[in-house]
Amino acid sequence: MIFRRRRNVVLLTVLALVPVLICAAVRASGRDGHGGSIFGGITENGLFAALAAFLAAGPLFLPLVVSVVAGDSIAGEASSGTLRYLLAVPVGRTRLLAVKFGAATIWCLACVVSIAALGLLAGLVFFPNGRLTLLSGATVSYAQGALRLAAVTGYVGLTMLFVAALGVFVSTSTEVPIAAIAATLTLTIVSQVADAIPQLSAIHSWLPTHYWLAWVNLLRDPVDTGDMSTGLLVTLGYVAFLLSMAWARFGGKDITS
Amino acid sequence: MPAAIASAALTKRFGSACAVDAIDLDVPAGSVYGFLGPNGSGKTTTIRMLLGLVFPTSGTHQLFGSDISHDRAKVLGRVGALVEGPAFHPYLSGAATLARLDAADRTTDPATVRPRIGAALDRVGLGPAAGKNYRIYSLGMRQRLGIAAALLRPRDLLILDEPTNGLDPQGTREVRTLVGELADEGVTVFLSSHLLSEVEQMCTDVGVMSAGRLVWQGRLADLRGGQVPRARVETADVDAAASAMARAGLDDIARSEGLVSALLGDVPAERVVELLVRAGVGVRSFTVVRPTLEEQFVALTGDGFDVSG
Repeated sequence: MIFRRRRNVVLLTVLALVPVLICAAVRASGRDGHGGSIFGGITENGLFAALAAFLAAGPLFLPLVVSVVAGDSIAGEASSGTLRYLLAVPVGRTRLLAVKFGAATIWCLACVVSIAALGLLAGLVFFPNGRLTLLSGATVSYAQGALRLAAVTGYVGLTMLFVAALGVFVSTSTEVPIAAIAATLTLTIVSQVADAIPQLSAIHSWLPTHYWLAWVNLLRDPVDTGDMSTGLLVTLGYVAFLLSMAWARFGGKDITS
Repeated sequence: MPAAIASAALTKRFGSACAVDAIDLDVPAGSVYGFLGPNGSGKTTTIRMLLGLVFPTSGTHQLFGSDISHDRAKVLGRVGALVEGPAFHPYLSGAATLARLDAADRTTDPATVRPRIGAALDRVGLGPAAGKNYRIYSLGMRQRLGIAAALLRPRDLLILDEPTNGLDPQGTREVRTLVGELADEGVTVFLSSHLLSEVEQMCTDVGVMSAGRLVWQGRLADLRGGQVPRARVETADVDAAASAMARAGLDDIARSEGLVSALLGDVPAERVVELLVRAGVGVRSFTVVRPTLEEQFVALTGDGFDVSG
């Protein structure tokens, strides 16, 4: 169902065009990169195109695309009235939540894989591709670089599960899909804003978005996986918490839509 | 055989408003049960409780003797439902909509889904429009698709909320025929309506809701049988007619300008006419009036303009 909706197909297409757009812009500006940064590295190695796209889309665009699908999951069915028919089939409420979160998970993966794939492709077309110079200065083979890109893709996809779980939870509390989508995105942004306020540093490491850019560590040698594993744990914790909240909320809810 | 639907003091409050107030439904298996009531009398909330969409504040209900909270999937699988109008995804075709609903039902056999969808659509006359998108369906076609969804697999009970809403007279007739056929096959049909003529023509049993309470329940024939006909005499000679009718043994004699009416009871109408003529009353017309179902309905529910809660 997700991939049959025109809105979702358009979102996915635009998302996949982000790395292409970056490549075109960098190529057109004609300036040589300096290396040592992700955007600067694009002219030296096409692999950086996908990474730059993750950097650009990660904080806002990617969460937006995920919250559109996750926030719509239950609230969309409620607003169109199809929720009552699904539940009367009968579909168990727990099973419906599981299927909806499963679909949101697939959507997250589809999003990050499209960015990575189109980024890889655009990088191959526009820029030289060979041995990859990492941010720490060491060089690795192209295959090794592609492997690291795959790891980055996986990490970003997994951190997006927080947005997916949040979206599904908010979606059980309203019949207005756009409200669920907006609330999901707003909460994600609030977390990022809180993360940017130095006075709140005490809670920073508890914020779900705090470790979102920890994948940068994959571009150093040796790889420090500490932040990333903490990030995954925090994400997992939030996902478990939000899904149980969604389950508690939805399990006993009167469906009057 | 346990009743198709049996509820005990089923109650639902929304905040302080009582939508459904301690109703004891008893829908015999094999009956066509008309669930009557004005708008806002709690019919849809009751149906939602029966289907487990809304949780009762108190009270219990059973479908075919089993509690829905215990064996939800098994019980509800025997029930097809049309709840508060059809609602499906606008960009799916009729056939795709049914396929999606069937895929969600884990107890049906995916191998037989195509013929079952075809049969369900044909049964409601939607066969030719099976491949068209739901969004271009007329209200009547949408209603039919809702009924088709309820008929995707053999059911023991169909719960139809206002099934002829939005249908033209032809469509209404078709639904009536369909309900008749299903009843002949032994399916219990529970249909809510505010259209008395519909209930009168289709149902064997009736429950009447008013302001959240079930004010009457039983066989339609009993509701009709409880009606006492009145003799109604148009005459210029009101006093003489009234005394003649009193001599005939009629009760509750009411006089107005040029008109006398009284409860006929068991007295044969011929006897009344005979006495009137003997007394020399100039009779302009003599009629025996049986209260219509509508009058009975209004007597039970009030004028129907009070929306409760």
